[in-house]
Amino acid sequence: MTQALAFLYNPHRFMAFSAWAAPLFGALALALAAAGLWLGFTAPEDYQQGDTVRIMFIHVPAAWLGLFVYVCLGGASFLSLVFRQALADAAARAAAPIGAVFTALALATGSLWGKPMWGAWWVWDARLTSVLVLFLFYLAYMALRASIDDEAKGARAAAILALVGLINVPVVHWSVEWWNTLHQGRTVFAAGGSRAATVFLVPLLLMSLSYMSAFGALWLVRIRGEVWRRRAAAAEARLAR
Amino acid sequence: MSAALQLLKREMAIAWGRGGGLLVTSGFFAGATLLLPLASGPEPERLAQIAPGAAWTVLALSALLGLERLFERDFEDGALDLMAHAGLALEFTCALKCLGHWLATGAPLALLAPVAAIALGASPTLAPLLFACALAGGLAFAFTGGIGAALSLGARRGGLLTAVIVLPLFVPPVIFGGGALDAFTAGLPWRAGVALLGAYAAAAVALGPLAMAAACRNALS
Repeated sequence: MTQALAFLYNPHRFMAFSAWAAPLFGALALALAAAGLWLGFTAPEDYQQGDTVRIMFIHVPAAWLGLFVYVCLGGASFLSLVFRQALADAAARAAAPIGAVFTALALATGSLWGKPMWGAWWVWDARLTSVLVLFLFYLAYMALRASIDDEAKGARAAAILALVGLINVPVVHWSVEWWNTLHQGRTVFAAGGSRAATVFLVPLLLMSLSYMSAFGALWLVRIRGEVWRRRAAAAEARLAR
Repeated sequence: MSAALQLLKREMAIAWGRGGGLLVTSGFFAGATLLLPLASGPEPERLAQIAPGAAWTVLALSALLGLERLFERDFEDGALDLMAHAGLALEFTCALKCLGHWLATGAPLALLAPVAAIALGASPTLAPLLFACALAGGLAFAFTGGIGAALSLGARRGGLLTAVIVLPLFVPPVIFGGGALDAFTAGLPWRAGVALLGAYAAAAVALGPLAMAAACRNALS
């Protein structure tokens, strides 16, 4: 792990690696999504939820990714804050909007799922609220970065905020156990094996892997863009002298 | 130790004195409480149901008010630079600033919160619990709020940014305190909420200064 990170710290090696890794992840994401969606739409209707159960294949991976990207953001912020790695800072900056979009997708599809299931677009259940808080953390991170003119200072302030917000991630994760109200408890990773049927589990896992690959591809592309932007800014500064 | 006491006195004097201090915060608290019955109708039964929660929410919002002045003035006139190079650790200085802020505004507001809840129709038996929650919650609000205030040093529109950063951090204490008040009103066990609120406040007091000092050093560098 440390060696892999040390390898990628070098921007030249990172650019060489990401040049083929990003399209590879993208193609993998498309293939997995095609398989996952096919299996998802051919799966039988759920005996309780009917057709609406298919929203799960879009909704649940988005919620997982929303959390996962925040952990990535926190890890990259830690590396940039403690080891002053410029590439880690670029990674943190690149991850935030992607994570915000996944979280917003989880909130929107959850709302569409909640209407037929619970009879309401939104219920103030602990897990929904925590995901909304996660979204607000993404917004605060991006707002803080955007409103400090000095880029290095803004990067470090945002990294501190990301680490503070990382405390929120376990709150989201264990809130199901803390205040279990309307929202369904754990099913996929419940103790004593999964309680979801295999016909639903396989497309769900395929879709999760697809989301994960899509995130990998988008993240690499955005980091590459960030590296190019910094190179262009450096070149501009050289020319101005 | 005397240096710490001097600093605490200074911070309290600033929180009391500059720009109206407690008077402005109390005015905001009373004004926001006043808007609630005007907006939702004066029926006593309806108001009584939401009274503890409303007082608790208004308290959280009032805690945002003084945050902008916590570091900003000292940052602008260079006092923060001096503090960073003084004998006290910057973490300790930040903790004292938040403590002074809480003593001067948060703690007096804790006295107002039960008054507002009773005025809205909550049962007077709720008052001691609301006071205790407001004290502990105020401490959590001051120390998490300080993180936002320190992070937005040197930012454009720092005050608004502080609120955007801090409000998500206010969520757990608001949930815990609100849950305890709700359980007490319904005659259910309420100690767990108070304990969690206290734990969050303690964690904020312990960890908040580390983030604040890091943010101040970053802004001063």
